[in-house]
Amino acid sequence: MLSVENLTSAYGRIEALHGVSIEVGAGQIVTLVGANGAGKTTLLRAISGVQPITAGSIRFDGKPIERLPSHDRVAAGITQVPEGRQLFAPLTIEDNLKLGAWSRRGADVTPEIARVYALFPMLYERRSTPAGALSGGQQQMLAIGRALMARPRLLLLDEPSMGLAPILVDQILETIHGLKRGGLTILLVEQNARAALAIADRAYVLETGRITASGTAAEVQVDERVREAYLGV
Amino acid sequence: MAEFLQFAFSGLTVGAVYALVALGFTLIYNASDVVNFAQGEFVMIGGMTTVFLTLAGVPLPLAALIAVVAAVAVGLSLHRFAIEPARGASAVVLIMITIGASIFLRGAAQVVFDKRFHSLPPLFGNDPIRIGGASILPQSLVVLAGAVVIVVLLWVFIDRTLFGKAVIATAANRLAARLVGIDTRRMGSFSFAVSAAIGAIAGILVTPITLTSYEVGTLLALKGFAAAMLGGMGSAVGAVVGGIMLGLLEAFAAGYLSSQYKDAVAFLVILIVLFVMPHGLFGRAKIERV
Repeated sequence: MLSVENLTSAYGRIEALHGVSIEVGAGQIVTLVGANGAGKTTLLRAISGVQPITAGSIRFDGKPIERLPSHDRVAAGITQVPEGRQLFAPLTIEDNLKLGAWSRRGADVTPEIARVYALFPMLYERRSTPAGALSGGQQQMLAIGRALMARPRLLLLDEPSMGLAPILVDQILETIHGLKRGGLTILLVEQNARAALAIADRAYVLETGRITASGTAAEVQVDERVREAYLGV
Repeated sequence: MAEFLQFAFSGLTVGAVYALVALGFTLIYNASDVVNFAQGEFVMIGGMTTVFLTLAGVPLPLAALIAVVAAVAVGLSLHRFAIEPARGASAVVLIMITIGASIFLRGAAQVVFDKRFHSLPPLFGNDPIRIGGASILPQSLVVLAGAVVIVVLLWVFIDRTLFGKAVIATAANRLAARLVGIDTRRMGSFSFAVSAAIGAIAGILVTPITLTSYEVGTLLALKGFAAAMLGGMGSAVGAVVGGIMLGLLEAFAAGYLSSQYKDAVAFLVILIVLFVMPHGLFGRAKIERV
Protein backbone atom coordinates (compact mmCIF):
# COMPACT_ATOMS: atom_id res chain seq x y z
CA MET A 1 0.00 0.00 0.00
CA LEU A 2 2.80 2.36 0.96
CA SER A 3 6.19 2.01 -0.60
CA VAL A 4 9.08 4.29 0.31
CA GLU A 5 12.23 3.96 -1.76
CA ASN A 6 15.69 5.41 -1.15
CA LEU A 7 14.28 8.39 0.67
CA THR A 8 16.74 11.03 1.81
CA SER A 9 15.85 14.10 3.82
CA ALA A 10 17.93 16.83 5.38
CA TYR A 11 17.67 19.61 7.93
CA GLY A 12 19.68 22.35 6.29
CA ARG A 13 22.94 20.66 5.33
CA ILE A 14 22.62 17.82 7.79
CA GLU A 15 21.13 14.71 6.25
CA ALA A 16 18.79 12.88 8.60
CA LEU A 17 17.66 10.04 6.33
CA HIS A 18 20.23 8.39 4.06
CA GLY A 19 18.19 6.38 1.55
CA VAL A 20 15.45 4.69 3.55
CA SER A 21 13.22 2.07 1.94
CA ILE A 22 10.19 0.54 3.64
CA GLU A 23 7.04 -1.27 2.56
CA VAL A 24 3.71 -1.24 4.34
CA GLY A 25 1.20 -3.81 3.11
CA ALA A 26 -2.57 -3.24 3.27
CA GLY A 27 -4.14 -4.28 6.56
CA GLN A 28 -0.82 -4.59 8.39
CA ILE A 29 0.68 -2.92 11.41
CA VAL A 30 4.27 -2.11 10.54
CA THR A 31 6.44 -0.75 13.32
CA LEU A 32 9.55 1.32 13.13
CA VAL A 33 11.97 0.73 15.99
CA GLY A 34 14.95 2.93 16.72
CA ALA A 35 16.66 5.17 19.21
CA ASN A 36 16.01 8.88 19.68
CA GLY A 37 17.35 10.85 16.74
CA ALA A 38 17.41 7.85 14.41
CA GLY A 39 15.09 9.63 11.99
CA LYS A 40 11.75 7.96 12.77
CA THR A 41 9.82 11.21 13.14
CA THR A 42 11.57 12.67 10.08
CA LEU A 43 10.44 9.67 8.03
CA LEU A 44 6.81 9.97 9.14
CA ARG A 45 6.82 13.71 8.47
CA ALA A 46 8.29 13.14 5.02
CA ILE A 47 5.52 10.64 4.27
CA SER A 48 2.92 13.22 5.37
CA GLY A 49 4.60 15.91 3.29
CA VAL A 50 5.50 18.29 6.10
CA GLN A 51 9.23 17.55 5.92
CA PRO A 52 11.01 18.23 2.61
CA ILE A 53 12.81 15.35 0.97
CA THR A 54 15.96 15.60 -1.11
CA ALA A 55 15.69 12.36 -3.09
CA GLY A 56 13.76 9.12 -3.35
CA SER A 57 10.15 8.23 -3.93
CA ILE A 58 7.00 7.62 -1.91
CA ARG A 59 4.23 5.60 -3.52
CA PHE A 60 0.75 5.18 -2.13
CA ASP A 61 -1.47 2.63 -3.90
CA GLY A 62 1.19 2.59 -6.61
CA LYS A 63 0.92 6.31 -7.31
CA PRO A 64 3.85 8.63 -6.58
CA ILE A 65 2.88 11.15 -3.90
CA GLU A 66 6.24 12.68 -2.98
CA ARG A 67 5.43 15.87 -4.87
CA LEU A 68 1.92 16.31 -3.49
CA PRO A 69 1.34 19.03 -0.86
CA SER A 70 0.42 17.74 2.59
CA HIS A 71 -3.31 18.48 2.26
CA ASP A 72 -3.56 16.36 -0.89
CA ARG A 73 -1.93 13.46 0.93
CA VAL A 74 -4.55 13.69 3.68
CA ALA A 75 -7.25 13.71 1.01
CA ALA A 76 -5.60 10.64 -0.57
CA GLY A 77 -6.05 8.77 2.73
CA ILE A 78 -2.88 9.23 4.80
CA THR A 79 -3.22 10.87 8.21
CA GLN A 80 -0.81 11.20 11.06
CA VAL A 81 -0.99 11.27 14.84
CA PRO A 82 2.10 13.40 15.40
CA GLU A 83 4.65 13.17 18.16
CA GLY A 84 3.58 15.24 21.15
CA ARG A 85 -0.09 15.13 20.02
CA GLN A 86 -0.06 18.64 18.51
CA LEU A 87 -3.69 19.40 19.30
CA PHE A 88 -5.39 22.71 18.62
CA ALA A 89 -5.12 23.76 22.27
CA PRO A 90 -7.58 26.71 22.32
CA LEU A 91 -10.33 24.74 20.53
CA THR A 92 -12.72 22.28 22.13
CA ILE A 93 -12.52 18.52 21.73
CA GLU A 94 -15.45 18.60 19.34
CA ASP A 95 -13.87 21.35 17.21
CA ASN A 96 -10.58 19.45 17.09
CA LEU A 97 -12.49 16.44 15.77
CA LYS A 98 -14.41 18.49 13.21
CA LEU A 99 -11.15 19.97 11.94
CA GLY A 100 -9.77 16.44 11.69
CA ALA A 101 -12.36 15.96 8.94
CA TRP A 102 -11.27 19.15 7.14
CA SER A 103 -10.33 17.17 4.04
CA ARG A 104 -13.98 16.04 3.84
CA ARG A 105 -15.57 19.38 4.72
CA GLY A 106 -19.09 19.74 3.51
CA ALA A 107 -19.75 16.04 4.22
CA ASP A 108 -21.77 14.97 7.26
CA VAL A 109 -19.23 13.97 9.87
CA THR A 110 -21.67 12.98 12.65
CA PRO A 111 -21.10 9.22 12.13
CA GLU A 112 -17.31 9.64 12.47
CA ILE A 113 -17.65 11.81 15.57
CA ALA A 114 -19.97 9.20 17.09
CA ARG A 115 -17.44 6.50 16.24
CA VAL A 116 -14.62 8.37 17.96
CA TYR A 117 -16.78 8.98 21.04
CA ALA A 118 -17.64 5.26 21.10
CA LEU A 119 -13.94 4.45 20.95
CA PHE A 120 -13.06 6.99 23.67
CA PRO A 121 -16.14 7.69 25.85
CA MET A 122 -14.01 10.05 27.96
CA LEU A 123 -13.85 12.47 25.04
CA TYR A 124 -17.64 12.62 24.81
CA GLU A 125 -17.96 13.55 28.49
CA ARG A 126 -15.57 16.45 28.02
CA ARG A 127 -16.49 17.41 24.44
CA SER A 128 -16.77 21.16 25.19
CA THR A 129 -13.43 21.33 27.01
CA PRO A 130 -10.51 23.07 25.28
CA ALA A 131 -8.00 20.46 24.16
CA GLY A 132 -5.22 22.26 26.02
CA ALA A 133 -6.90 21.46 29.36
CA LEU A 134 -6.86 17.68 28.89
CA SER A 135 -4.53 15.22 30.59
CA GLY A 136 -1.81 13.50 28.58
CA GLY A 137 -3.82 10.32 28.05
CA GLN A 138 -6.93 12.20 26.98
CA GLN A 139 -4.85 14.32 24.61
CA GLN A 140 -3.47 11.18 23.00
CA MET A 141 -6.98 9.77 22.58
CA LEU A 142 -8.08 13.04 20.98
CA ALA A 143 -5.05 13.07 18.69
CA ILE A 144 -5.93 9.57 17.48
CA GLY A 145 -9.61 10.47 17.19
CA ARG A 146 -8.80 13.59 15.19
CA ALA A 147 -6.66 11.58 12.76
CA LEU A 148 -9.48 9.03 12.31
CA MET A 149 -11.95 11.78 11.38
CA ALA A 150 -10.44 12.02 7.89
CA ARG A 151 -11.38 8.34 7.31
CA PRO A 152 -7.77 7.42 6.51
CA ARG A 153 -6.67 4.19 4.89
CA LEU A 154 -3.15 4.55 6.27
CA LEU A 155 -2.58 5.87 9.77
CA LEU A 156 0.87 7.07 10.82
CA LEU A 157 1.36 6.99 14.58
CA ASP A 158 4.36 8.75 16.12
CA GLU A 159 5.14 7.68 19.69
CA PRO A 160 1.54 7.29 20.84
CA SER A 161 2.60 5.99 24.26
CA MET A 162 5.11 8.71 25.06
CA GLY A 163 4.69 10.13 28.54
CA LEU A 164 1.69 7.97 29.44
CA ALA A 165 1.11 5.86 32.53
CA PRO A 166 1.62 2.09 31.90
CA ILE A 167 -2.11 1.32 32.14
CA LEU A 168 -2.84 3.96 29.48
CA VAL A 169 -0.07 2.62 27.25
CA ASP A 170 -1.77 -0.79 27.21
CA GLN A 171 -5.11 0.84 26.48
CA ILE A 172 -3.76 2.91 23.58
CA LEU A 173 -1.93 -0.06 22.04
CA GLU A 174 -5.06 -2.20 22.41
CA THR A 175 -7.00 0.54 20.58
CA ILE A 176 -4.41 0.54 17.79
CA HIS A 177 -4.70 -3.20 17.46
CA GLY A 178 -8.48 -2.83 17.32
CA LEU A 179 -8.17 -0.29 14.49
CA LYS A 180 -6.11 -2.79 12.53
CA ARG A 181 -8.76 -5.46 13.04
CA GLY A 182 -11.21 -2.94 11.63
CA GLY A 183 -9.17 -2.92 8.41
CA LEU A 184 -6.92 0.10 8.91
CA THR A 185 -3.29 -0.03 7.79
CA ILE A 186 -0.89 1.37 10.38
CA LEU A 187 2.71 2.54 10.45
CA LEU A 188 3.69 2.76 14.10
CA VAL A 189 6.72 4.52 15.52
CA GLU A 190 7.16 3.56 19.15
CA GLN A 191 9.93 3.85 21.68
CA ASN A 192 8.32 1.03 23.64
CA ALA A 193 9.71 -1.56 21.20
CA ARG A 194 8.47 -4.57 23.14
CA ALA A 195 4.86 -3.39 23.12
CA ALA A 196 5.03 -2.31 19.49
CA LEU A 197 6.49 -5.65 18.32
CA ALA A 198 3.76 -7.49 20.22
CA ILE A 199 1.01 -6.04 18.01
CA ALA A 200 2.97 -5.54 14.77
CA ASP A 201 3.07 -7.77 11.69
CA ARG A 202 6.34 -6.44 10.35
CA ALA A 203 9.13 -4.32 11.78
CA TYR A 204 12.01 -2.18 10.60
CA VAL A 205 14.95 -1.06 12.70
CA LEU A 206 16.09 2.47 11.89
CA GLU A 207 19.54 3.56 13.10
CA THR A 208 21.04 6.99 12.36
CA GLY A 209 18.99 7.42 9.21
CA ARG A 210 19.41 3.91 7.78
CA ILE A 211 17.34 0.72 7.94
CA THR A 212 19.60 -1.85 9.62
CA ALA A 213 17.19 -4.75 10.10
CA SER A 214 13.76 -5.77 8.93
CA GLY A 215 11.43 -8.72 8.84
CA THR A 216 8.30 -10.04 10.49
CA ALA A 217 7.77 -8.82 14.02
CA ALA A 218 8.62 -12.28 15.32
CA GLU A 219 11.91 -12.35 13.42
CA VAL A 220 12.97 -8.91 14.55
CA GLN A 221 11.98 -9.72 18.09
CA VAL A 222 14.50 -12.58 18.29
CA ASP A 223 17.25 -10.70 16.46
CA GLU A 224 20.24 -10.66 18.84
CA ARG A 225 21.16 -6.99 18.20
CA VAL A 226 17.60 -5.79 18.51
CA ARG A 227 17.16 -7.69 21.77
CA GLU A 228 20.28 -6.09 23.15
CA ALA A 229 19.72 -2.56 21.92
CA TYR A 230 15.95 -2.07 22.20
CA LEU A 231 14.45 -4.80 24.33
CA GLY A 232 17.05 -4.68 27.09
CA VAL A 233 17.41 -8.45 27.24
CA MET B 1 -16.76 67.67 31.54
CA ALA B 2 -17.64 68.95 28.08
CA GLU B 3 -13.94 69.15 27.33
CA PHE B 4 -13.39 65.60 28.56
CA LEU B 5 -16.23 64.31 26.39
CA GLN B 6 -14.88 66.18 23.40
CA PHE B 7 -11.47 64.57 23.75
CA ALA B 8 -13.07 61.18 24.32
CA PHE B 9 -15.11 61.46 21.11
CA SER B 10 -12.11 62.34 18.99
CA GLY B 11 -10.01 59.67 20.71
CA LEU B 12 -12.64 57.00 20.06
CA THR B 13 -12.86 57.92 16.37
CA VAL B 14 -9.13 57.76 15.77
CA GLY B 15 -8.88 54.74 18.07
CA ALA B 16 -11.44 52.86 15.99
CA VAL B 17 -9.21 53.28 12.94
CA TYR B 18 -6.13 52.18 14.89
CA ALA B 19 -8.12 49.19 16.12
CA LEU B 20 -8.99 48.14 12.57
CA VAL B 21 -5.38 48.49 11.43
CA ALA B 22 -4.24 46.52 14.50
CA LEU B 23 -6.83 43.86 13.73
CA GLY B 24 -5.31 43.55 10.24
CA PHE B 25 -1.87 43.09 11.78
CA THR B 26 -3.24 40.43 14.14
CA LEU B 27 -5.05 38.45 11.44
CA ILE B 28 -2.01 38.21 9.22
CA TYR B 29 0.34 37.54 12.12
CA ASN B 30 -1.86 34.69 13.36
CA ALA B 31 -2.29 33.03 9.99
CA SER B 32 1.25 33.36 8.70
CA ASP B 33 3.61 34.73 11.40
CA VAL B 34 4.22 37.79 9.23
CA VAL B 35 4.21 41.29 10.74
CA ASN B 36 2.85 43.18 7.74
CA PHE B 37 4.10 46.76 7.76
CA ALA B 38 2.27 47.40 4.49
CA GLN B 39 -0.96 47.28 6.51
CA GLY B 40 -1.27 51.09 6.44
CA GLU B 41 -1.09 51.10 2.66
CA PHE B 42 -4.36 49.16 2.50
CA VAL B 43 -5.96 52.09 4.35
CA MET B 44 -4.39 54.51 1.87
CA ILE B 45 -5.48 52.45 -1.16
CA GLY B 46 -9.05 52.34 0.17
CA GLY B 47 -9.24 56.10 0.66
CA MET B 48 -7.31 57.22 -2.42
CA THR B 49 -9.03 54.84 -4.86
CA THR B 50 -12.46 55.97 -3.65
CA VAL B 51 -11.45 59.63 -3.95
CA PHE B 52 -10.16 59.30 -7.50
CA LEU B 53 -13.06 57.17 -8.69
CA THR B 54 -15.62 59.64 -7.33
CA LEU B 55 -13.68 62.48 -8.99
CA ALA B 56 -14.00 60.51 -12.23
CA GLY B 57 -17.77 60.48 -11.76
CA VAL B 58 -18.28 57.00 -10.29
CA PRO B 59 -21.04 57.01 -7.63
CA LEU B 60 -19.66 56.81 -4.08
CA PRO B 61 -20.95 53.32 -3.09
CA LEU B 62 -19.60 51.76 -6.28
CA ALA B 63 -16.30 53.63 -5.91
CA ALA B 64 -15.96 52.36 -2.34
CA LEU B 65 -16.69 48.80 -3.45
CA ILE B 66 -14.10 48.96 -6.23
CA ALA B 67 -11.59 50.44 -3.75
CA VAL B 68 -12.07 47.50 -1.38
CA VAL B 69 -11.70 45.02 -4.24
CA ALA B 70 -8.53 46.83 -5.38
CA ALA B 71 -7.06 46.65 -1.87
CA VAL B 72 -7.89 42.93 -1.66
CA ALA B 73 -6.18 42.37 -5.03
CA VAL B 74 -3.09 44.21 -3.77
CA GLY B 75 -3.17 42.18 -0.54
CA LEU B 76 -3.40 38.87 -2.41
CA SER B 77 -0.58 39.86 -4.80
CA LEU B 78 1.56 40.91 -1.86
CA HIS B 79 1.09 37.49 -0.31
CA ARG B 80 1.50 35.56 -3.55
CA PHE B 81 4.49 37.39 -5.03
CA ALA B 82 6.38 38.76 -2.04
CA ILE B 83 5.60 36.66 1.04
CA GLU B 84 5.02 33.16 -0.40
CA PRO B 85 8.32 32.96 -2.33
CA ALA B 86 10.14 33.81 0.93
CA ARG B 87 8.36 31.13 2.94
CA GLY B 88 10.65 29.80 5.63
CA ALA B 89 12.68 33.01 5.81
CA SER B 90 13.31 34.56 9.23
CA ALA B 91 10.89 37.03 10.78
CA VAL B 92 13.30 39.93 10.20
CA VAL B 93 13.56 39.14 6.48
CA LEU B 94 9.76 38.97 6.20
CA ILE B 95 9.43 42.32 7.99
CA MET B 96 11.92 43.86 5.57
CA ILE B 97 9.89 42.48 2.67
CA THR B 98 6.69 44.09 3.98
CA ILE B 99 8.47 47.40 4.61
CA GLY B 100 9.78 47.22 1.06
CA ALA B 101 6.27 46.51 -0.21
CA SER B 102 5.00 49.49 1.79
CA ILE B 103 7.58 51.82 0.19
CA PHE B 104 6.77 50.39 -3.24
CA LEU B 105 3.02 50.90 -2.78
CA ARG B 106 3.55 54.50 -1.61
CA GLY B 107 5.72 55.19 -4.65
CA ALA B 108 3.19 53.60 -6.97
CA ALA B 109 0.42 55.67 -5.35
CA GLN B 110 2.33 58.90 -6.14
CA VAL B 111 2.37 57.89 -9.79
CA VAL B 112 -1.13 56.43 -10.08
CA PHE B 113 -2.78 59.12 -7.93
CA ASP B 114 -0.92 62.30 -6.90
CA LYS B 115 0.90 63.86 -3.95
CA ARG B 116 -1.88 66.07 -2.63
CA PHE B 117 -4.33 65.68 0.24
CA HIS B 118 -7.87 64.64 -0.64
CA SER B 119 -11.17 64.34 1.13
CA LEU B 120 -14.51 62.67 0.59
CA PRO B 121 -17.99 64.06 1.31
CA PRO B 122 -19.24 62.78 4.69
CA LEU B 123 -22.19 60.37 4.51
CA PHE B 124 -24.55 62.40 6.73
CA GLY B 125 -23.38 65.96 6.30
CA ASN B 126 -21.11 68.20 8.31
CA ASP B 127 -23.44 69.39 11.08
CA PRO B 128 -22.00 68.31 14.42
CA ILE B 129 -24.25 66.52 16.90
CA ARG B 130 -24.14 68.05 20.39
CA ILE B 131 -23.91 65.70 23.34
CA GLY B 132 -23.32 66.99 26.89
CA GLY B 133 -21.69 70.19 25.72
CA ALA B 134 -19.36 68.40 23.34
CA SER B 135 -19.89 67.96 19.65
CA ILE B 136 -19.31 64.97 17.45
CA LEU B 137 -19.36 64.75 13.67
CA PRO B 138 -21.89 62.34 12.16
CA GLN B 139 -19.00 60.80 10.22
CA SER B 140 -17.29 59.90 13.51
CA LEU B 141 -20.36 57.86 14.39
CA VAL B 142 -20.13 56.23 10.95
CA VAL B 143 -16.49 55.29 11.65
CA LEU B 144 -17.39 53.87 15.07
CA ALA B 145 -20.39 51.97 13.71
CA GLY B 146 -18.29 50.63 10.84
CA ALA B 147 -15.63 49.41 13.25
CA VAL B 148 -18.24 47.71 15.46
CA VAL B 149 -19.86 45.98 12.47
CA ILE B 150 -16.48 44.74 11.17
CA VAL B 151 -15.38 43.45 14.57
CA VAL B 152 -18.71 41.66 15.17
CA LEU B 153 -18.78 40.13 11.67
CA LEU B 154 -15.21 38.95 12.03
CA TRP B 155 -15.89 37.49 15.46
CA VAL B 156 -18.98 35.62 14.26
CA PHE B 157 -17.07 34.31 11.26
CA ILE B 158 -14.05 33.15 13.25
CA ASP B 159 -15.99 31.74 16.19
CA ARG B 160 -18.98 30.22 14.42
CA THR B 161 -17.75 28.69 11.16
CA LEU B 162 -15.50 25.73 10.46
CA PHE B 163 -13.38 27.92 8.18
CA GLY B 164 -12.91 30.36 11.05
CA LYS B 165 -11.92 27.52 13.35
CA ALA B 166 -9.38 26.44 10.73
CA VAL B 167 -7.93 29.96 10.97
CA ILE B 168 -7.61 29.57 14.76
CA ALA B 169 -6.17 26.08 14.30
CA THR B 170 -3.56 27.37 11.86
CA ALA B 171 -2.58 30.09 14.32
CA ALA B 172 -2.46 27.65 17.23
CA ASN B 173 -0.45 24.89 15.58
CA ARG B 174 0.74 25.17 12.00
CA LEU B 175 2.14 21.62 11.84
CA ALA B 176 -1.07 20.05 13.12
CA ALA B 177 -3.10 22.18 10.71
CA ARG B 178 -1.11 20.80 7.80
CA LEU B 179 -1.43 17.26 9.13
CA VAL B 180 -5.25 17.42 9.18
CA GLY B 181 -5.15 18.64 5.59
CA ILE B 182 -5.59 22.39 6.00
CA ASP B 183 -3.90 24.26 3.16
CA THR B 184 -2.02 26.76 5.35
CA ARG B 185 -0.94 28.74 2.28
CA ARG B 186 -4.57 29.40 1.46
CA MET B 187 -5.13 30.49 5.06
CA GLY B 188 -2.30 32.98 4.53
CA SER B 189 -3.87 34.36 1.33
CA PHE B 190 -7.20 34.57 3.09
CA SER B 191 -5.74 36.56 5.99
CA PHE B 192 -4.07 39.02 3.61
CA ALA B 193 -7.34 39.45 1.68
CA VAL B 194 -9.44 40.07 4.80
CA SER B 195 -6.84 42.39 6.35
CA ALA B 196 -6.68 44.38 3.12
CA ALA B 197 -10.47 44.68 3.00
CA ILE B 198 -10.65 45.81 6.64
CA GLY B 199 -7.89 48.37 6.08
CA ALA B 200 -9.54 49.70 2.93
CA ILE B 201 -12.93 50.07 4.63
CA ALA B 202 -11.26 51.95 7.51
CA GLY B 203 -9.56 54.22 4.98
CA ILE B 204 -12.82 55.00 3.17
CA LEU B 205 -14.76 55.73 6.37
CA VAL B 206 -12.14 57.97 7.95
CA THR B 207 -11.14 59.99 4.88
CA PRO B 208 -13.92 62.61 5.31
CA ILE B 209 -12.51 63.38 8.79
CA THR B 210 -8.74 62.99 8.56
CA LEU B 211 -8.18 63.42 4.79
CA THR B 212 -6.00 61.02 2.85
CA SER B 213 -2.84 61.15 0.76
CA TYR B 214 -0.37 58.69 -0.70
CA GLU B 215 1.68 58.60 2.51
CA VAL B 216 -1.09 58.37 5.09
CA GLY B 217 -0.32 54.68 5.56
CA THR B 218 3.11 55.06 7.16
CA LEU B 219 2.03 56.56 10.45
CA LEU B 220 -1.14 54.42 10.56
CA ALA B 221 0.93 51.24 10.23
CA LEU B 222 3.17 52.40 13.06
CA LYS B 223 0.20 53.28 15.29
CA GLY B 224 -1.67 50.12 14.38
CA PHE B 225 1.42 48.05 15.16
CA ALA B 226 1.86 49.86 18.48
CA ALA B 227 -1.80 49.18 19.28
CA ALA B 228 -1.40 45.49 18.43
CA MET B 229 1.69 45.27 20.65
CA LEU B 230 -0.11 47.10 23.45
CA GLY B 231 -3.04 44.68 23.28
CA GLY B 232 -0.75 41.68 22.88
CA MET B 233 0.38 40.53 19.44
CA GLY B 234 -1.87 37.78 18.18
CA SER B 235 -4.90 38.65 20.30
CA ALA B 236 -7.89 40.03 18.37
CA VAL B 237 -9.49 41.42 21.53
CA GLY B 238 -6.14 42.97 22.39
CA ALA B 239 -5.93 44.63 18.96
CA VAL B 240 -9.32 46.32 19.39
CA VAL B 241 -8.72 47.39 23.00
CA GLY B 242 -5.16 48.48 22.18
CA GLY B 243 -6.35 50.57 19.25
CA ILE B 244 -9.08 52.34 21.23
CA MET B 245 -6.69 52.94 24.15
CA LEU B 246 -4.05 54.40 21.87
CA GLY B 247 -6.59 56.72 20.26
CA LEU B 248 -7.87 57.91 23.64
CA LEU B 249 -4.35 58.38 25.01
CA GLU B 250 -3.42 60.53 22.05
CA ALA B 251 -6.58 62.61 22.27
CA PHE B 252 -6.20 63.28 26.00
CA ALA B 253 -2.48 64.00 25.68
CA ALA B 254 -3.18 66.41 22.85
CA GLY B 255 -6.02 68.07 24.75
CA TYR B 256 -4.65 68.33 28.28
CA LEU B 257 -0.92 68.56 27.56
CA SER B 258 0.11 69.61 24.11
CA SER B 259 -0.77 68.37 20.66
CA GLN B 260 2.93 68.33 19.89
CA TYR B 261 3.49 65.66 22.50
CA LYS B 262 0.50 63.46 21.70
CA ASP B 263 2.53 60.82 19.86
CA ALA B 264 5.27 60.88 22.48
CA VAL B 265 2.82 60.41 25.36
CA ALA B 266 1.09 57.55 23.58
CA PHE B 267 4.31 55.72 22.88
CA LEU B 268 5.59 56.39 26.40
CA VAL B 269 2.53 54.71 27.89
CA ILE B 270 2.99 51.76 25.54
CA LEU B 271 6.62 51.44 26.60
CA ILE B 272 5.61 51.42 30.25
CA VAL B 273 2.87 48.81 29.68
CA LEU B 274 5.22 46.56 27.72
CA PHE B 275 7.89 47.02 30.38
CA VAL B 276 5.51 45.75 33.05
CA MET B 277 3.65 43.24 30.84
CA PRO B 278 6.00 42.16 28.03
CA HIS B 279 3.26 40.17 26.27
CA GLY B 280 0.85 43.10 26.17
CA LEU B 281 -2.49 43.42 27.90
CA PHE B 282 -4.13 40.34 26.39
CA GLY B 283 -1.13 38.46 25.03
CA ARG B 284 0.01 35.16 26.39
CA ALA B 285 3.50 33.81 26.68
CA LYS B 286 3.99 30.91 24.31
CA ILE B 287 4.20 27.83 26.45
CA GLU B 288 5.18 24.58 24.82
CA ARG B 289 3.89 21.50 26.59
CA VAL B 290 5.64 18.27 25.83
